[in-house]
Amino acid sequence: MTDPHIPVTEDELHAYVDNELPAERRGDVEAWLAAHPDDAARVRSWRTMAEALHVRYDGIVDEAVPRRLEIERLVRQPRKWFYGAIAATLAAFIVGGGVGWMARGAAAAPSALQSFTTDALDAHRLYVVEVRHPVEVPGSERAHLQAWLTKRCGWLVRAPELTAAGLKLVGGRLLPGATGPASFMMYESASGERFTIYTAKSEAEATQMRFSSEGKESALFWADRGVAYVVVSSVGDRGRLTQIAQSVYDQMEKTGG
Amino acid sequence: MTAFRQSVEAMIPALRRYARALARDADIADDLVQDTLVRALRSERLFLGGDVRSWLYTILTNLNKNRRRSLARRPQFMPLLDNNPDASGTEAEGRDIARALSTLVEEQRSVLLLVMLEGLSYREVADIQGVPIGTVMSRLARARAHVKASLEGERTALRRVK
Repeated sequence: MTDPHIPVTEDELHAYVDNELPAERRGDVEAWLAAHPDDAARVRSWRTMAEALHVRYDGIVDEAVPRRLEIERLVRQPRKWFYGAIAATLAAFIVGGGVGWMARGAAAAPSALQSFTTDALDAHRLYVVEVRHPVEVPGSERAHLQAWLTKRCGWLVRAPELTAAGLKLVGGRLLPGATGPASFMMYESASGERFTIYTAKSEAEATQMRFSSEGKESALFWADRGVAYVVVSSVGDRGRLTQIAQSVYDQMEKTGG
Repeated sequence: MTAFRQSVEAMIPALRRYARALARDADIADDLVQDTLVRALRSERLFLGGDVRSWLYTILTNLNKNRRRSLARRPQFMPLLDNNPDASGTEAEGRDIARALSTLVEEQRSVLLLVMLEGLSYREVADIQGVPIGTVMSRLARARAHVKASLEGERTALRRVK
């Protein structure tokens, strides 16, 4: 039993409200509060505050847990954060669309990826103007093209389905790259605009999506699972390029291994 | 599912509540929870017993601190008035408490929420914040005084307007 005449401190008032006070001192505090209305009012206000907090926030506990927070999902797809980073970059790209952001993205690009982008832009310029022989294997032999490029490159090469974006696969070819073989695929719209997708082995396991432009051509590039991807267009419509790159990224995410 | 994962999963609703009160914005709050879960699951093998609950609160608290540190370099915009004069009763009170919380400094808000909303002991909060219990108690006292003043100030201001 403590001495009931020892004045109750503010710390003790808090401890009393928070059930941190030793049981034998509780009676003293209660007696003190009966005799000190100001302290009693403070204690009451803290309790009201706690109630207001619970009223305001307890509903969240009963909400259905969003799918992105499901444990099974997070365990199965530990790379979701990366997708988020890509999505955030794309959102910034679409919303911002500003020169400042793009200049920043290009400047911050790792040099290795930058060189892939240069290779991809060169290949794009070289073959996009080619009318009769733009590719080695035509798009009509899609399965063969994919199998052949996968075998020669050493990673899974897929020709993404971009018909929803109005693009038809023209075909693809194998190219020499700085780090070994590289795959190159060309797509075309009804109006003749051409997009190319370049992939090469990357030292960076994964990076964010970045933008780069050189003359008429612009490129979005990123690395995923040790493969660098560069999507190039000469159209100059950045929203369109972003849409295509997003679609390519989504399909690689689903089928890639 | 392992026992570890089950105990992490059981904490998700409470973590979301804490994060929402801490960060205000629902999307940012769930981002914080997601990052917390990813980190926790990644270090499953490093977790050698102990209290999963405290550990998760610790990760979330630290992630939020880092987030705010990186935000601090950008200008902040706070709504001057998100006060709906038609709202009444608990709804208006809920907004008041949210606004009062937002005026607290980070460590005080975290202490206040961990003790008053999440029901953690002073000892647990001291471990989460990596400070002595005395510091937890003084932060809590200051936070309570500040929120009380903020709530009372608002009510007086409203009464004056009416």
